Amino acid sequence: MSVSIKKGIQAFKEQIDAPIASYFNSCVHCGLCASSCLFYVATGDPKYTPIHKLEPMRRVWKQEYTFWGRLFSKLGISKPVTDDMLDEWQDLLYDSCTLCGRCSLVCPVGNDLVYMIRKAREGMVASGHAPQGLKEGTYRAMTIGSPMGVTLKSFKKIISNVEEETGMTMPFDVQGADYLLLMSSAEIMEFYEFIGAMAKIFAQANISWTFSSETFEATNSGIQIGSSDLAAELVQRIVDGAEKLNVKYVISPECGHAYTSLRWEGPNLIGRKYNFKVVHVLELIDQLLNQGKIKMGDKHIEKLTFHDPCQIVRRGGVIDEPQHLMNKVADNYVEMSDSGKLNWCCGGGGGVSANSHADELRLKTFKIKKRQLDDTGVKTLVTSCSNCRHMLEAGLEENEMDIEVIGLSELIAEHLQTNETHQDNKQ
Amino acid sequence: MTTIEMLTWVRGPGLVIAIGIFLAGTLVRLIEMLMLGRRKDLSEPRNAASAKYGWRLVFTRFLPPFAASDVPAIAFLASYVFHIGLFLIVFFYVPHITVFKELIGFGWPSLPAWFIDAVTLATMIAMFVVLWHRISDKVKNYLSGFNDYYSWFITIFPIVTGYFAFHRLVLPYNDMLVIHILSVELLLISLPFTKLMHAFSFIFSRWYTGEAAGRKGIKL
Repeated sequence: MSVSIKKGIQAFKEQIDAPIASYFNSCVHCGLCASSCLFYVATGDPKYTPIHKLEPMRRVWKQEYTFWGRLFSKLGISKPVTDDMLDEWQDLLYDSCTLCGRCSLVCPVGNDLVYMIRKAREGMVASGHAPQGLKEGTYRAMTIGSPMGVTLKSFKKIISNVEEETGMTMPFDVQGADYLLLMSSAEIMEFYEFIGAMAKIFAQANISWTFSSETFEATNSGIQIGSSDLAAELVQRIVDGAEKLNVKYVISPECGHAYTSLRWEGPNLIGRKYNFKVVHVLELIDQLLNQGKIKMGDKHIEKLTFHDPCQIVRRGGVIDEPQHLMNKVADNYVEMSDSGKLNWCCGGGGGVSANSHADELRLKTFKIKKRQLDDTGVKTLVTSCSNCRHMLEAGLEENEMDIEVIGLSELIAEHLQTNETHQDNKQ
Repeated sequence: MTTIEMLTWVRGPGLVIAIGIFLAGTLVRLIEMLMLGRRKDLSEPRNAASAKYGWRLVFTRFLPPFAASDVPAIAFLASYVFHIGLFLIVFFYVPHITVFKELIGFGWPSLPAWFIDAVTLATMIAMFVVLWHRISDKVKNYLSGFNDYYSWFITIFPIVTGYFAFHRLVLPYNDMLVIHILSVELLLISLPFTKLMHAFSFIFSRWYTGEAAGRKGIKL
């Protein structure tokens, strides 16, 4: 047995807790999780059945933590987890799982399969079986501070461009500001309209906010690849930056896994509670509208639909806010079939978008999104996750579909009440 | 050994041994599961009453899921029929209640024998439907191994032998009764060590998932 496989098995062992054991004990091989998985539905290949993706971890559980398994293992009649097996499972645990959590909604015995896959990836990292693309992204996140290699210098350059375009000043390192706004690399590099939109919302709400030059990246490659040590360090950077500026809130931007990693996993990774609260940008905007701190002006007239990002809605618990906001901003908002927490993933969550080995398979899954979109007949698709946005744009282009993708925060900012619309309303 | 001697043994010491293995096995399996523990969640809950959501899921997951469009309705129906059927047969057939009364000191009202007879027939048919589905469905077939087929066999074996005994089929009543009780004992001693363990562990698996989602304000 090689050293790396020993490390891998040890990591699997460490990850197995009472919930995992209860899940393996309960599974009756009913196969319902397959019918909810976008990779199985798109390909029809039974190897993509979610519970099958956990076979290496199940074997470790059985051989280490059950009576018969231990006995069979001692007698040398059980099948061990090998390097070859984990090699084969790389496709199943990384390429064909976006951690979207749809399977966790259907399992009759209530197994939370995403919880299991997230943990199984720890064993894959420890045994050296993580995909190259994710390793590289994680390396950039650890060394440069961003999985896409965005440096503070390039971030500040983008900011000054936005300042020029909007005529607004973007605050940096304001001690004691109420809100610290984080960004995802994709927002900085591709969708920087988000920055101007947020500045506009903050200005109208008259709240104090800031960027931090020590911590601006919200994404967490450590979570996606499955390395709690690295994930903890990435969270710690945000916590240090936020606590240094003594902010009350940290805003998680329009990025799905950034929210779940900071809001839900973060305190567990660093082993303590934060001295600030984490709020998702949609929660904040909804709250500001409800408090009357910002007001909507005109509405978007053309037909719109909304793609619910898995990590924000189904896994994050920000379920009602996107609906409230879509109804407030759009005159003609049509929900997709399976909307809300039942939505189908964009195909690129959970690190799949960073893993070029998975590109071909990922694009196959888009046919589900295509069907959902064709049913609505929209020309504009709204979402609130930069990764979803990127993946949706790629899928639409591949399928030659003429649909524009926009971010919900920007849409709201665009339709805020201005002095002119305020006058119009009065007349 | 005569049939009567056999019957005396399976009803007496045999049953005691089987129940002993069943109880001890189940207890050990639950303890080895719970001993693994669960780390305290340090994130700030959106909903502090998350335990309630755990219990909620324990019950709501009895309902069929929204997304299983490729599963034929008959397979769904059959799995409900055989679970409910098993429950009614085990706990509401007069002779079974008598056994429970001897074991735990109290009984409860029974369902009429003709009704249990019909339920048994339906349960057997349903179990063959789920077996057919396990073999013919590509996902289930792919996932299935010894544990799945063995579990199916030890579940249907007591139902079939009970049905035969009741209707005096195949073998004389007492002989069939011996086989019936032995088949129940096989089920009892196997349950903790097969996937049939889900009969107990499902409460935990549903609770953990429901509770974790509830903390995040997600009603599963």
